[in-house]
Amino acid sequence: MSKNIKFLGLLLTLIIIFIILLKGLNVSKDYSNEKLKSKIDFSLNAKKLFSDEIINISDLFDKNSPSVVNIWASWCAPCREEHQFLMKLKDMNINIIGINYKDSPKNAKNFLSSLGNPYSEVITDNDGTKSIEFGAIGVPETFIISGKTNEIIKKYIGPLTSDNLIEIKNLLKKNV
Amino acid sequence: MSNYLGNYSLYIALIASVYLIFKSYLDANSENKYLDKNFILITSIQTIMITVSFFSLVAAFVISDFSNETVFNNSHTLKPLFYKVSGTWGNHEGSLLLWLLVLSIFLFIFLLNSRSQDTKYKLLTILFQQIIISGFLVFILLTSNPFKMLYPIPSEGLGLNPILQDPALAIHPPILYLGYVGTSIIFSASLASMISGNIGDKWARHIKKWVLVSWVFLTIGILLGSIWAYYELGWGGFWFWDPVENVSLMPWFCLTALLHTVIVLQKRNSFKEWTIILSITTFSLSMSGTFLVRSGILNSIHTFANDPSRGLYILSFLFILILMSILIFFFNQNKISNTAKENFILSKETAILVNNWFMMFFLSVVLVGTIYPIFLEVLNGSKISVGPPFYHNLLIPFLIPFLIFMSFGPSLKWIKDKLKKFNYNILIIFLVSLLISYVILTKTENSFLLSIPLIVLSIYLLLVTIKDFFVSKSSISQKISHFGFSLLITSILLNGLFSNEFNSNMKVGDERIFNDKVVKLKEVNVKDVDNYKSLKASFEVTNKNSSFALYPEVRIYQQPLTITSEADIKTTLFSDNFLVFNILKDDGYYNVRYQYKPLMIWIWISTIFIGFGGLLSVIRKNEQKY
Repeated sequence: MSKNIKFLGLLLTLIIIFIILLKGLNVSKDYSNEKLKSKIDFSLNAKKLFSDEIINISDLFDKNSPSVVNIWASWCAPCREEHQFLMKLKDMNINIIGINYKDSPKNAKNFLSSLGNPYSEVITDNDGTKSIEFGAIGVPETFIISGKTNEIIKKYIGPLTSDNLIEIKNLLKKNV
Repeated sequence: MSNYLGNYSLYIALIASVYLIFKSYLDANSENKYLDKNFILITSIQTIMITVSFFSLVAAFVISDFSNETVFNNSHTLKPLFYKVSGTWGNHEGSLLLWLLVLSIFLFIFLLNSRSQDTKYKLLTILFQQIIISGFLVFILLTSNPFKMLYPIPSEGLGLNPILQDPALAIHPPILYLGYVGTSIIFSASLASMISGNIGDKWARHIKKWVLVSWVFLTIGILLGSIWAYYELGWGGFWFWDPVENVSLMPWFCLTALLHTVIVLQKRNSFKEWTIILSITTFSLSMSGTFLVRSGILNSIHTFANDPSRGLYILSFLFILILMSILIFFFNQNKISNTAKENFILSKETAILVNNWFMMFFLSVVLVGTIYPIFLEVLNGSKISVGPPFYHNLLIPFLIPFLIFMSFGPSLKWIKDKLKKFNYNILIIFLVSLLISYVILTKTENSFLLSIPLIVLSIYLLLVTIKDFFVSKSSISQKISHFGFSLLITSILLNGLFSNEFNSNMKVGDERIFNDKVVKLKEVNVKDVDNYKSLKASFEVTNKNSSFALYPEVRIYQQPLTITSEADIKTTLFSDNFLVFNILKDDGYYNVRYQYKPLMIWIWISTIFIGFGGLLSVIRKNEQKY
């Protein structure tokens, strides 16, 4: 085999490997078993925690970028742990909607005034039915929802961790 | 303050790098006889700047300066000082800065150590090494700046992953990096020697030290990683064929082949092309290791930062370097004077060639197992997981010819050896190893046909390498490393054959009978320690004539919430007794895993022997004879 053919062959192989690895970089690595492609029913109405005003939940979502929905309660200890991460998300200018799950409004307000309020809006869910609409099975749970298509992009069961934080940041960046 | 200092010194280092690239390129084309004094000066400035930058990051970690984003993400005021310092390289940004630091220090040492070499060769080495350094500098400044500022300044950091709070792991990355980065010097130097045409026995003697140093660090680095996995991850194994482990093993195979090839180059002035190709491959594999680990393209227990833009950068940089080296190789191939003399089948040269092909085979198996899942996912979207059975099935059968070959290959003479008259020593050793294997194999039920030749041959090789200490004329460092290798293979095989375990749910007071031992869970103590809550269990293992206690622990960290299992291991010269437990739901039951692992400590000791042989070869002057 002549030198040139060897060289071209090697070059071609390299280019193919490069392209495959390049594609590989963009393959999504978000493997969550709970990943749902289902849509959220945006016609749902709910009461706000702070003003008792009843609104349509679609008003809470930003149409152009995804929002984070966090289901929490003042009586839930893991919610307290993940609270610091929600505050960080807020600092990154991320729209977080809180769903206050089976809680007394007084305790919920105390919780937020002592630990800080990361939510752009909190809606109450006294009987837990709103959370069921989101497909939640307990607290805390966190969803990333596209404002445009109402689809759940990602779902976290249990408290968020600092690793999730980076993931959420990247997910939101990707889905704008 | 330290943020600005660290950041700006990186920019100065980049300017120095650009200057050195142009200057060395221009000077290499002129016919200067001596190396310009500026080279040493600028290189030392660059090294000092990068050192300043690195230590300002260390300082930020030590004083918990949370205005630095890297510190904020990876440190916490409650962490012990030792782990604050090791936290510097326990994250993506800091570890890259460490890479860079080692890169520049190595180049500096190289310049000081190669005074007697040809000027053009030195200039070209500086050129290639500076291309790599500037690539890393730009990478750090663009995508992973460790000195990003945070405002307002947070009062507390997010803490380091407690799994990473382990002494073996704290020193594992720096050692491994010394090995990885050492290969960059070999890479630059071999490209330079190819262009300047000085590749030969003199050059081999000069580069052999670098090969040995990188090889020793890589060996010890892999060992430390393995020790960490064994003691900390609590899975009870020492090697999991995890992609991140594999990427450190691949350059090792390549470097081992290179180490042997360089010896041929030094003695016989042949195997020049092998040397160049292996140098390029070793460095490319080290770089791909960085790419695979840091880009998030792999799914592994060691999940690091996932940022596609970083992956894209390293990938492009890696391919530019590979492309550059291939171009240089093909266009300078005719400069390699082929002084190879006639080779006879039965000679040390052939033996080393066979060794190289074995290494290439092992390398390709690991490479395919690591890369193929990525390829498959891209090509048809299917996800496969390549686990230990793949590696075991492909590697273990080939150990049989490899072990046979290794028992006589190293003692062959250069150029041409004769088939000796029948050697009764060998026969006696072989019969002894048959006997030992017979005794060993009767003690186990789960032996397969394949394990018989493996055990026989590994014990045979072990005895041969011991015999070589007394009769063979080869160097002491080679004897030690080869003995270490045969001991490693023997320990791994016996460990695999005789290990057993039980897995059971137990509550306080329960007993389980296992291998004529009684394992009893006596109590579980809950205690608050520094930054975690500790559940310490007390187990009693009673044998026919002795008993010992084991205290495994479960730690619950709050920052961030992580639960880790600390296994308790009773180590003796003959075996390890490994016990780890986990919390189940709150019903008083714990999941208990008890493992009996024979000869575990010999796996570590034998690897130390392997590395020690290499180290001895670096420091002993009269090694050059061999």
